[in-house]
Amino acid sequence: MSATPTPPSEEELPTPLVQNRRWIPRLVWIVPIVAAVIGISLLIRSWANEGPRITISFLSGEGIQVGKTLVKYRDVTVGQVSAVVLSADHQSVVVNADLSKDAAGLLKADTQFWIVRPRIGVGSVSGLSTLLSGVYIGMKTGTAKLGERQFVGLENPPALSHGPRGLELQLHAPRAGSLAIGAPVYFRQFQVGRVIDENLLPDGSTRVTVFVDAPYDAFVKPVTRFWNASGIDVKLGADGLNVQTESLAAVLAGGLAFDDGPTDAIPAAIVVPGEFILYKNEVEAMAPPDGDPHYVRMRFAQALRGLDVGAPVEFVGVDIGSVVAVDLGYEPRDKSFPAIVTARLYPRRMGQAYEVLAAQGKTETEETLAAFVGTLVSRGLRAQPRSGSLLTGKLYIALDFLPASPRTAFDASVRPLELPTVNGSFQELEASVGRLVKKVNDLPLEQIAADLHTDLKDLHETLSEVHSRVIPTAVDALSALHGTLDSADRTLDVESPLQRGLTETLAEARITLQAVRELADYLDRHPDALLRGRRPQKMPQRPAPSSSEAKP
Amino acid sequence: MPFSTEMTLAWLIAGIVLYIPANLLPVMHTSGLLGEEDSTILGGIFEFWRAGDWDIALLIFIASVAVPFTKFIAIGLLLFTVRKNSRWEQHQRTVLYRIVEFIGYWSMLDVIVVALTSALMQFQVLGAAEPRAGIAFFCAVVVVTMLSALSFDPRLIWDRRA
Repeated sequence: MSATPTPPSEEELPTPLVQNRRWIPRLVWIVPIVAAVIGISLLIRSWANEGPRITISFLSGEGIQVGKTLVKYRDVTVGQVSAVVLSADHQSVVVNADLSKDAAGLLKADTQFWIVRPRIGVGSVSGLSTLLSGVYIGMKTGTAKLGERQFVGLENPPALSHGPRGLELQLHAPRAGSLAIGAPVYFRQFQVGRVIDENLLPDGSTRVTVFVDAPYDAFVKPVTRFWNASGIDVKLGADGLNVQTESLAAVLAGGLAFDDGPTDAIPAAIVVPGEFILYKNEVEAMAPPDGDPHYVRMRFAQALRGLDVGAPVEFVGVDIGSVVAVDLGYEPRDKSFPAIVTARLYPRRMGQAYEVLAAQGKTETEETLAAFVGTLVSRGLRAQPRSGSLLTGKLYIALDFLPASPRTAFDASVRPLELPTVNGSFQELEASVGRLVKKVNDLPLEQIAADLHTDLKDLHETLSEVHSRVIPTAVDALSALHGTLDSADRTLDVESPLQRGLTETLAEARITLQAVRELADYLDRHPDALLRGRRPQKMPQRPAPSSSEAKP
Repeated sequence: MPFSTEMTLAWLIAGIVLYIPANLLPVMHTSGLLGEEDSTILGGIFEFWRAGDWDIALLIFIASVAVPFTKFIAIGLLLFTVRKNSRWEQHQRTVLYRIVEFIGYWSMLDVIVVALTSALMQFQVLGAAEPRAGIAFFCAVVVVTMLSALSFDPRLIWDRRA
């Protein structure tokens, strides 16, 4: 280097061969690229895993915690609550939840959400695990085709959370009775399902939705009859006391039962499959169909206390209808207030009689039926209120043939038909009881009482006289008698002088009598002694009585 | 050191990129009787702050947010000025470089906390803590930024080129 005095000019210098090793530092760029790839792949993955965000509105957000409360489907976590806010109108709580991607398919328009809390009911205990872990949101997917992201949560969990196999049925009833959701459904006292919903329809009747579990849904046929098995059915019949209930749970929570109805009568009213009528009780359910009701009206010229709406109407002892109204009418002719009873009759309940009549064409139209009723009336058909029970005093209406009743006109053109009536037997009874009471009333009870009173007073006076006068006298007499007896006693005593004197006298009298007897004997043997006197006697043993003694 | 600025830039970009998942992903998973929870770094800071432990919150904030950002900005500034051939505050910039080099290690605080907690808190049902992916990214951020600082040649601050 130093050998050359002058530095070579830049032009002379050989161009240094710069090895282009740019690829080595370029390698370092892999690091940010790898980092970026990892970051982007994470981003993509989390974006791909991002499930749907749904909103559920509840009336109350009790127990829901953001970031903690889970959404579970079949007890498997599918999401998490991400926010809880009040709705715009402050009427509900809107819960936002992030669901996992695979849960997106569960979100249908009719998917149901509810908050699982510990619940203790008559029929079941559920959600106890939430006591420790806190509440969670239960989910039940629906069947609708449409998806949905906004839901209205249920306040109560649905009875069927996981769609078991079975049959869902709708029962219609005027009133639901004491049924609770979850109440059991029995088939021959075997629980086969439960009540899952109850609705009040716009017409005021109730619709009960029941679910019959899978193997038993085959028992539900078109002829099946459902009835309310709530409570206890106690019947006191001719065959004794009969208590019937499905189970204790049914007594507490209510319940339903079903069984095959009469096979010959398929009710035509049910056209929708899966819809049934819910009857009040088994007897009603199993009764053959009533057919169309006919209304009749009856005027009773008597008070009908004890005749309730719903009281039976019996035709020759057969229940064929019930009272639907009891009104007070006014008769201007005699200014009386008759009781007007309207009843609904089901001629079909007459059974075989109805069939015969139907075969004769008597039930075809209202007119023929009315004419037939007219002939029955002319034969003495009358409506009569009778006492159904002496205990309760409830009345029922009996339609019976009373040929002795006075003839009445029957107008077959009046609608509803007006049946002639007679007063009830209880009224006659009442009248005779009244007569009896009147007789009792007519008795001069007061006078009798007054006489009795006087007599009693007299008796009292007599008795007081006896007390004041007779009794002291009697006491005196008795004490005098006592003294007499006392002296008599003294007199008759062995030690008394009288007694002794008497004894001596008696001894002397005996001796005297002995002497007399000897004298008599002597005289008997020697009657001459009376004249000659006594001769010496040759009687060695016997001492001769003294002559002085022998002399009478 | 050849290609110093280029390598520094590459490490710096890698560090910034990795810092994003490190903050977004959970760093620790704790489970116990009352449920389970994933915590991120920022979430943890807020939790401590709300719970009243402002000192711990501040410490974590400095270690895991302030320090990385300081490094990103400081190294970025150094690279920028070197590229510009700036003569501005050459001495101060060198001091800045020394500081960056020094504080680099202290960012590992988070990683150590998670490692210790996960190792100590293992009571099965009663409570357990496990590390999550975020902490690995955070660890990578610390390493990469340290590499970035190391690849920077402080002499370049004083270089004077035409």
